[in-house]
Amino acid sequence: MREIVVISGKGGTGKTSLSAAFAYLEGNNALACDCDVDAANMHLLLDANFKNQRDFYSGEVALIDQDICTNCGACADVCRFDAIHVQDEQHKVDPISCEDCHYCSKVCQQNAIEMKIQKAGDIYTSDIKNGTQMVHAKLGFGAENSGKLVAKVKQDAKILALQKNRAYVITDGSPGIGCPVISSLSGANLVVLVTEATVSGIHDLQRVFKLVKTFNLKAVCIINKYDLNKNMTKKIEQFLRKEDIGLVGKLPYDENFTKALAKAQTIIEYDKNSELANLVKKQWNKIKENLK
Amino acid sequence: MKITIASGKGGTGKTTISTNLASYIADMGSNVVLTDLDVEEPNSALFLKTELVHTQISNKMVPTWESEACTLCGECAKNCNFNAIVAMPSEILVFAELCHSCYACSELCPTDSLPMIPTRIGEIKEFKTKTFPFIEGRLDLGQEMAVPLITQTIKYTCDKYKKHIKIFDAPPGTSCPVIEASKNSDFVILITEATPFGLNDLILAVETMKVLKKKFGVIINRYGIGDNSVEEYCKKENIPIITKVKNDKEVAKLYSKGELIYKKIEHFKDSLDDIVTFIGELNA
Amino acid sequence: MKIVFTAKGSDWDSPMDARFGRMEMLVTYDEETDTLKTISNDETDSMEHGAGLQTSKKVLELNPDIIITGNGAGNKALEILKRSNVKMYIGAGDMTLKEAYTAYKNNKLQLQY
Repeated sequence: MREIVVISGKGGTGKTSLSAAFAYLEGNNALACDCDVDAANMHLLLDANFKNQRDFYSGEVALIDQDICTNCGACADVCRFDAIHVQDEQHKVDPISCEDCHYCSKVCQQNAIEMKIQKAGDIYTSDIKNGTQMVHAKLGFGAENSGKLVAKVKQDAKILALQKNRAYVITDGSPGIGCPVISSLSGANLVVLVTEATVSGIHDLQRVFKLVKTFNLKAVCIINKYDLNKNMTKKIEQFLRKEDIGLVGKLPYDENFTKALAKAQTIIEYDKNSELANLVKKQWNKIKENLK
Repeated sequence: MKITIASGKGGTGKTTISTNLASYIADMGSNVVLTDLDVEEPNSALFLKTELVHTQISNKMVPTWESEACTLCGECAKNCNFNAIVAMPSEILVFAELCHSCYACSELCPTDSLPMIPTRIGEIKEFKTKTFPFIEGRLDLGQEMAVPLITQTIKYTCDKYKKHIKIFDAPPGTSCPVIEASKNSDFVILITEATPFGLNDLILAVETMKVLKKKFGVIINRYGIGDNSVEEYCKKENIPIITKVKNDKEVAKLYSKGELIYKKIEHFKDSLDDIVTFIGELNA
Repeated sequence: MKIVFTAKGSDWDSPMDARFGRMEMLVTYDEETDTLKTISNDETDSMEHGAGLQTSKKVLELNPDIIITGNGAGNKALEILKRSNVKMYIGAGDMTLKEAYTAYKNNKLQLQY
């Protein structure tokens, strides 16, 4: 079982459209996994049915027991996050500002402060198009996107893939360069970098590649919207050669990408004989070859 | 006036709109400052011809180990809920990137061996363009927490440019960094696109803004391809649609080169006019 | 020599776990006594950050000479590991423990540092 993680650094390059297309092509030989838990989108293209909901718990928030509290204020004195205030003559913790450091609970002489575990999100294992499954999640409001929910989503996906004997896990990674992306990349067999032929595209590609390099992961690249700016495409190709990143292929700027999206379809379903669909099929095959 | 430009989904056009809007408002003669708060991937500078005016190192308070009085009791490691302190057999290691600056280890240390010192997390840079100032927060690679730098960058902007119209380009998403970028603003503009992705993430962003009790409006970008679901949602929820920016490959081409759009494309300028009018009405 | 594997199971036929910080378990092999011992790494499940650091500490407490793993440790965990004399070999992420051991003996794995 091999895991392919698709990332981009920058949003809007086509990462999710492509990962969903790959999952659609591979059908029940693969399992899909959406690690973009802050703004999850992959489920829209794969017709996920949000089954098997599990609560995800992460982090704690301080809670002051009003019956035991003597209002001495020691907790408020040590809180660096301005999370403890007096309301109606009682000391209360603002759960949104609480940083989960536990300092207040350590100094409370009455043991009136309990650290309560928080529900931070929901995880689902859905049935999707083409007879396979997808593991995805939704982060709760104000919850920290620490990479832990991402780690759980990946773990569940891998366990299920092994149980069902899938050859591939296709993971739509998180955007950015922080913990959620690092967590998305953990244990990947191959990273697919999706970029676009724009100044932002190359800038963010270079930034996110530094992360990939740190973890010694094999990476290949797809340049989307390549004909929008052929100069930029050349610059990207130069960068790829310099860093020994394989170029899997290029995709033209094509409004069918968005039109397919608007119909909640992958590019393959939208027009399976189009040039775009054929390119994507070729690129998926090339990605699989890179795993051998 | 403080306006935050946000979107649930990345790639909807936040940076395109904020850079063009700031430039347009400056052209009209008003005092405006643009601040890029996407500290993990700040991009706005790519679209503006800028000259660096000032760089400031951004720090957070982190404990540092002083060995002289330390008995290696390991209380610090036990007190740290973020795994930022590791008590080794012969030394105490502090991992600054994981530290949340709660001061628990430092203040509870029986021998005062962990004083807190400012430690670098990134930079705040101020630039000038021909017509307006531009400020950027940039997180160092390997730093995991965006929020402290976002807070400091906002403070830098507000302290220095008290009377200017302040436009804040927020990071994508709906979690803590976006909350920090939005919570003290007067108004939030949410940028979306007319697709199921755009709608899905707009709904998440709207939920966030409602909890923060922020006034907000929507801009629909790349209008023309896609569907009506976003428009219908806004109408149903009584969310003002400030403008609809037409889908246009020429806009994408200018963007790919890092050029401003409104000087060359009329309909884009019309959209900016809509935004300026809307802001004017808010102010009144 | 004492060798620690990052693993998903506790026998020679079990698959390796490519990850370092959040691996499922640690399997120690003592060449002198030819014995395998397993410790779980479940505590890292509840950690949001810094899993790699706690794992590094745990590994070093086992006093190994060699660690064999898949993708290697992140920067922070490396800071801890480099303070010891332990050598870390990477590249065994897709193997079973037995294959990983053989690969190490035949010099087919790379040193991370």
